[in-house]
Amino acid sequence: MRTARVLLIFALITGLVFFGVSCGGGTTTTTPTTQPPTTQPPAKDIIIGVVAPLTGDSATFGKSTQEGAELAVAEWNAKGGINGSQIVLKMADDKSDPTEGAAGITRLIEQEKIVGEIGTVQSKVSLAIAPILQAKKIPMISPTSTNEKVTLVGDFIFRACFIDNFQGVVGAAFAYDNLKLTKAACLFDVGNDYTKGLAENFRDAFIKLGGEIVGFEAHPTGATDFNAQLTKIIAAGPELLYLSDYYNDVGLICKQARALGYTGFFLGSDVWDSPVLVEVGGDAVEGGFFTNHFSKDDTRPEVQAFVKDYTAKFGAPPDALAALAYDAANLMFDAINRAKSTDGTAIRDALKVANFKAVSGTIKFDANRNPIKAAVIIENKGGQQTYKATVQP
Amino acid sequence: MKKLFRKSTFRLILYAALLYTLVILLSQVIPAGDGFVLNNYFMIIINISLVYVILATSLNLINGITGQFSIGHMGFAAIGAYVSGTLTTLIWKLIPGSLTATSLFIVALLIGGICAAIVGFLIGMPALRMKGDYLAIVTLGFGEIIRTIINNIDYVGGPRGLLGIPQLSNFTIIFIIALLTVMVLRYLVFSSHGRAMLSIREDATAADLVGVNITKYKVWAFVIGAFFAGVGGGLLAHMIQLAHPTQYGFYASFLVLIVVYIGGMGSMTGSIIAAFILTFLEKYILPMVLPMIGLGVEWRMVIYAVLLIIIMIYRPEGLMSREAKFMIPEDH
Amino acid sequence: MDLTTFFQQLVNGLQLGSIYALIALGYTMVYGIIKLINFAHGDFLMVGAYAVYFFATFILAFTNAIPPIILFILCLIVSLAAGALIAELSNCLTYKPLRYRPRLSALITAVGVSMFLEYFFASLPFIGPSFRAFPDIIKQVSFVVGGVYLNNIQLLDIGLAIVLMILLTFIVNRTMTGKAMRAVSQDKDAARLMGINIERTITFTFLIGGALAGAAGILMAMTYPRIFPYMGILPGLKAFVAAVLGGIGNIPGAMLGGFLLGIAEIYATSYNSLLGEGIAFAILILVLLFRPQGLLGEKQSEKV
Repeated sequence: MRTARVLLIFALITGLVFFGVSCGGGTTTTTPTTQPPTTQPPAKDIIIGVVAPLTGDSATFGKSTQEGAELAVAEWNAKGGINGSQIVLKMADDKSDPTEGAAGITRLIEQEKIVGEIGTVQSKVSLAIAPILQAKKIPMISPTSTNEKVTLVGDFIFRACFIDNFQGVVGAAFAYDNLKLTKAACLFDVGNDYTKGLAENFRDAFIKLGGEIVGFEAHPTGATDFNAQLTKIIAAGPELLYLSDYYNDVGLICKQARALGYTGFFLGSDVWDSPVLVEVGGDAVEGGFFTNHFSKDDTRPEVQAFVKDYTAKFGAPPDALAALAYDAANLMFDAINRAKSTDGTAIRDALKVANFKAVSGTIKFDANRNPIKAAVIIENKGGQQTYKATVQP
Repeated sequence: MKKLFRKSTFRLILYAALLYTLVILLSQVIPAGDGFVLNNYFMIIINISLVYVILATSLNLINGITGQFSIGHMGFAAIGAYVSGTLTTLIWKLIPGSLTATSLFIVALLIGGICAAIVGFLIGMPALRMKGDYLAIVTLGFGEIIRTIINNIDYVGGPRGLLGIPQLSNFTIIFIIALLTVMVLRYLVFSSHGRAMLSIREDATAADLVGVNITKYKVWAFVIGAFFAGVGGGLLAHMIQLAHPTQYGFYASFLVLIVVYIGGMGSMTGSIIAAFILTFLEKYILPMVLPMIGLGVEWRMVIYAVLLIIIMIYRPEGLMSREAKFMIPEDH
Repeated sequence: MDLTTFFQQLVNGLQLGSIYALIALGYTMVYGIIKLINFAHGDFLMVGAYAVYFFATFILAFTNAIPPIILFILCLIVSLAAGALIAELSNCLTYKPLRYRPRLSALITAVGVSMFLEYFFASLPFIGPSFRAFPDIIKQVSFVVGGVYLNNIQLLDIGLAIVLMILLTFIVNRTMTGKAMRAVSQDKDAARLMGINIERTITFTFLIGGALAGAAGILMAMTYPRIFPYMGILPGLKAFVAAVLGGIGNIPGAMLGGFLLGIAEIYATSYNSLLGEGIAFAILILVLLFRPQGLLGEKQSEKV
């Protein structure tokens, strides 16, 4: 009796496994009656994975990334694809969570069989997915992860944006040299390596230029009330508030700072780039500056063409994330085109020697696979982003 | 010791061995298409399920068997993950593959578990004085405090998380540890200690009057539960190769709680089955089924929540109201 | 810290505290009457905030002519109604069936309701998980009094919170329903024997508690004009601590606890940016260890 039971359970488990497997696990020949969503595509398509925060607190970034990539795909496919093969994008939502990103990228690699990856937005998630892609020798281009450590994971990991120690320096130089300010303070999210690292970069650069940091405060992730920190900072009399936080927090911070009587300047970073900044911050963020990768006012023809096509396809002008995703996607497709192969190593080698005229500037990679590019300063004037200056590396 | 090696124990090990062989066959021997029947993604889900088995059964000891309200269980897992991760990544700098690496890994896991157990002791002590609801909030608070502390220790990466953890976990190791966890907990539950813990759950005052040392058993429940949670956390971290403070917050703890509850409070088989079902549901079935009915993947959490509420109202005892026959030793 | 900064932080603390107090009141009322920690309470706040978001956006899309005060009052009514409605809905559908089951079931269910509300709102296509800017119902105007910066929204928070608390105290102490609520929270069975309709009283409690959460929602949305489906989690948790601090089940205690916690958090943060985050839990543990009945609660002895 007991043996029978053991065998029964054995058979049950085997049955379940085969059921699960036939619905899309391995590539078996047992044909399921329902059409599973991950059908084996015709061998000719080139499958590229995109990992982005489609939901969560950076959802607008994820959406922009997806749209930028999709625009690039549409343009290439309209011209006949890469070497005759159409490009197919497969998305994975990382929800701004490293574990989700890791699980998502594994699914893309194992189930969808991607040959290249674009993403993700936030450094903390990129750091989680990079080792996986590196081990599998699949090239990864992060459009916007600016933390230095990301590309140091391995030689298959690239990025399309500048890195934080550059961005902080640019901000400090703008504050000290252009705005001629000598007393600054920082407020940042302690739970985010990006905001923390960038605030530290700015502080060090500003002091090196001869400025004085009169306040360096942190706040926990998800805070909405910054009055305590702001009261403390404002009492020290800064002329500039450097806010490396994301657009959501910055809107609130600026509002509360003004309500507490702060009359100085606000300076921020590329994560200010969202219409929600003005929606939340209103008048408080008027006249604020931030460093960015791209400005839609840039008169270069490739930029204007991109802005026009993007607006036509998605109904709103592109932000820097869309531009960078567009660039990352184009970089990837261009590399595959030149390598004439979907082999990871071949694509990587093609990327290493890339010299690409991207929307966000000409992209050439240095020894650590970081692009050497300029940054722009954007001013928030009249509720609109207006271009202020370009800073070369 | 006689109790440890009886027929029922061998039966359990037999079933486990069969399961193990099956999975190994399917994932490394039987070919299908251009890979094996069970590909890497499947194996990850299986591994995560096994880790959840460890987490859920250990939480079951505290909540189901001893009747305490602990809802910050992932805090212990965080400690285990970070301690073992620090040892293997920052201090010993292990590289997977050699026997030394694997042995040191086991040592690291044990140390992680012990550290978690120490914290479990610290939480168990004040827990003695608190009634159910308060205890729940305190354990939740502890979980959050642990997370905040880790967030502020730069040596282990702070908000960046502990990265580059060598991938020392694999299916075999996780399977064996899960099996050992289940066996140890089962031994405990069906011993006189287990009876003492059950009596605390049923009526603590009466148990006290009868002479059961409530203090000792409540604290022991936390210590042992925390130990295994720490080991589970370490295994998980070495599988996904990173440990990040956000992974161990209150929602992670609630997921473990849901597994225990749906499986059946106090039933280890229930926790095991529910761990598998829910992990597969969340990571495999729902992501596949939802797009088919036109809903985005984010709806799976909504379904989870509704499922939880429905089970709570219509079948609160969960899947298994009593232990499965093959788990119970002959003399019970 | 100089005197001006001291008073500034005090005002900041009162503002934060008033919101905590409103939420804490709802927690304490529900706990008092059915001994349930309603984890979903913070999410009722969120529902109230979103209800006002849609209402205000809708109205402002049509006309700008309504004076802000009137608009605010309308929005307040909407938030009160939304909060009350969602609270009673949760009670009716999920807590009532579990009324006579072990408390752990109800606790887990509360978690389920909380998760459901958050993820449901986050998944709805017209809401989504991202942040949304809250429309300006009343424009924020700052002014200085003796070196301390105040603004109208801040005063509105504190003022409205106090008004609602006075109203609540009146209802609880001077009306028959209030008496019924007090009776049920003291001894449910005795109250039933006295002819009180338990379920109706509980319903009323949820309606009021939910309405208060809704009010907290609109105030929070106006003070920190950024809403998202998970906005209720942290305030809910902190408000729970506030309720425990004051003595859970005790209404004046919740008000006191709310303000105290707000002030403590602000001063802790001004001393060290990160202390503020942990101060709520630190207070919780201290209270539970040394005075579990809270500041205004009565010592509960364990009867054998």
